[in-house]
Amino acid sequence: MLAFLTRRTIGAVITLLIIAAATFFLFFAVPADPARLACGKVCPPELLEQARRNLGLDAPVWEQFVAWLAGLVVGRDYEGLGHCPAPCLGYSFVNREPVLETILDRLPLTLSLTFGAAVFFLLFGVGAGVVAALRRGRPLDKIASVASLIGASVQIYFVGTLAMYFLVYQWQILDRPQYIPLTEDPIGWAYGLLLPWLVLSLIFTANYTRITRSTMVEQLSEDFVRTATAKGLPRRTVVTRFALRGTLIPVVTIFGVDLGSLIGGAIITETTFGLQGIGRLALRAVTDSDLPMLMATVLLAAAAIVVFSIIVDILYAVIDPRVRLS
Amino acid sequence: MTTATWTTEPPVRRGPGSFLAVRDLTVEFTTEDGVVRAVDGLSFDLEKGTTLGIVGESGSGKSVTSLSILGLHDPSTTTITGEIWLEDQELVSADRAVMERLRGNRVAMVFQDPLTALSPYHTVGRQIAETYRRHKGGSKREARERAIEMLKRVGIPQPHLRVDDYPHHFSGGMRQRAMIAMALVCDPDLLIADEPTTALDVTVQAQILDLLKELQQQTGMAVILITHDLGVVANTASEVLVMYAGRAVERGTVREVLREPRHPYTWGLLGSMPSLRSPVDVPLRPVRGTPPSLLAPPPGCPFHPRCDYVDVAGRELCTRERPVLTPETGHADACHLAPEDKRRLAPERRTDRKERA
Ligand SMILES: Nc1ncnc2c1ncn2[C@@H]1O[C@H](COP(=O)(O)OP(=O)(O)OP(=O)(O)O)[C@@H](O)[C@H]1O
Ligand code: SF4
Ligand SMILES: [Mg+2]
Repeated sequence: MLAFLTRRTIGAVITLLIIAAATFFLFFAVPADPARLACGKVCPPELLEQARRNLGLDAPVWEQFVAWLAGLVVGRDYEGLGHCPAPCLGYSFVNREPVLETILDRLPLTLSLTFGAAVFFLLFGVGAGVVAALRRGRPLDKIASVASLIGASVQIYFVGTLAMYFLVYQWQILDRPQYIPLTEDPIGWAYGLLLPWLVLSLIFTANYTRITRSTMVEQLSEDFVRTATAKGLPRRTVVTRFALRGTLIPVVTIFGVDLGSLIGGAIITETTFGLQGIGRLALRAVTDSDLPMLMATVLLAAAAIVVFSIIVDILYAVIDPRVRLS
Repeated sequence: MTTATWTTEPPVRRGPGSFLAVRDLTVEFTTEDGVVRAVDGLSFDLEKGTTLGIVGESGSGKSVTSLSILGLHDPSTTTITGEIWLEDQELVSADRAVMERLRGNRVAMVFQDPLTALSPYHTVGRQIAETYRRHKGGSKREARERAIEMLKRVGIPQPHLRVDDYPHHFSGGMRQRAMIAMALVCDPDLLIADEPTTALDVTVQAQILDLLKELQQQTGMAVILITHDLGVVANTASEVLVMYAGRAVERGTVREVLREPRHPYTWGLLGSMPSLRSPVDVPLRPVRGTPPSLLAPPPGCPFHPRCDYVDVAGRELCTRERPVLTPETGHADACHLAPEDKRRLAPERRTDRKERA
């Protein structure tokens, strides 16, 4: 287990380094000049030079990259802004705010959005899949398969926009989505995010229902499930402790992917629902050529995906003792 | 019937008197291609302390029969008629709660392939303990002790350590031993072993059969041993039921059936055995031709397309009229041949084998 974690962590660090470097160098390959943006509309050459120096853009690109990395590991000193302790993500080119603070400020929203929705679509999806498998061929099964077909064929910005339009503006059943910290007001937190949760669930549930149903049907005809029945265990135990166990493996697989893509793809969700999370930060970082912010958001998304894939592998071993972590 | 009648006079039904009595059991599956009649009017009896060997080619309905006893068929695709009496309890009509209390407790089952029949997700000890707790109650500790004791009884070395292993840590033979431990943990009155050795190495097969025999002698339970192999039957069973196309074609004590087999299909099965002295088998592909389709079984005697004696018994008779198993008790067979023909035509070499029976 320890060897596995070490190996995967090293792999993850290398992956993230490559992504960071690629992002960094690509940034400079694009003709937008952040110094010119910072300098303003009418910008005499000396001021431009000054702005460039202020942002640290006067050094060679690879030197800047090394400095950025060093900041992450040991901290970094900024002229006029003082010391930025590790892990230092730098200061925004746009408003000179420390990037880490901004990220930490917005992260709870994105995490609430993602994990809240995940709870919904896991429960709905797996639940509906199990019921459909147990009532194979009966009305409930058919309803579930139609519903999952609809869910699978729609997109966030489409359903999300429709839902916003009708539920919020036309019929005024719900308020506009907003973020209230969980610690401040749990009910307000849930109510404020209910609409995006439901919309995300509608889209993601389908996949879980389909996968759960088909795997569950297979598992129910496994010999060891029949043995469990032959031992006199009640139907419920047979389903939850035996048949469901193997069903969790594919569910966990897609769950890892979905969580990563929800955090990585937070731009779409947050834009659709007008929420100010990491996704919006990333979007603004691109339009503003805000390098430190861009690096931070890209890295965060990449880290989420990498970490979830490690967690998924660990979960495999937890679910199925035949899986060896190595 | 009024409520008053129910309370004053509970409708007691009595079974036919044997420990296990199967009467006219018919099992049909509804499939896309039509109705498969996998078991057709099967009857047999079994007493405590005895072993009934059920033999027949692949697809003859042996497993379907045994699964019916435990009520393990999917009710949405299966139609079961007839009666299965376990002492005074009828099982075909019993509700789910009754069956759940019975399974693993009074009637237990050992399946063919212990690798797939044991849960890969739970330790061997837990799988045994769980059955025990379900039916006998008791604390987790007690159940665990009981599991260790059972593992010891079926000959697993270091049972207190192996109890925490998963099935994939066990060898094939040990898995089947664990499966047997699980089946016997509640001291069942009836054990059904469906080809318990087919998936195992030849050397291990004999060990497992010896174990089953020994455990039966200790506990006095009734055993149904399903097998392809008449050699196994000769060594372990007291009675035999030969099945063909879901029907009983011959029944009797091992001695009777092996010494004076009466049905041409049994002759074929016996002819495939190189020697009764070896308890381990070669797979049975004895009789020419293939088993009949159960979707549209041949009319008359289901064996007639493969039988060499149709003309002796009369083609008209064999292809039109279904032979019934006669007589009702004792050594019986379902064939139109005249009794003296059965004696005369039975393969000669059968007689020098009676010592084994
Ligand atoms: N659930 C089912 N649905 C449809 N047909 C079935 C089902 N279960 C069994 N059958 C059919 O019933 C017939 C008898 O099967 P069964 O498993 O009892 O044979 P068997 O005698 O145990 O054979 P084997 O020696 O191969 O185990 C086979 O033709 C099989 O295809
Ligand atoms: S009844 Fe006829 S076909 Fe059937 S086994 Fe006897 S002789 Fe053969
Ligand atoms: Mg079988």
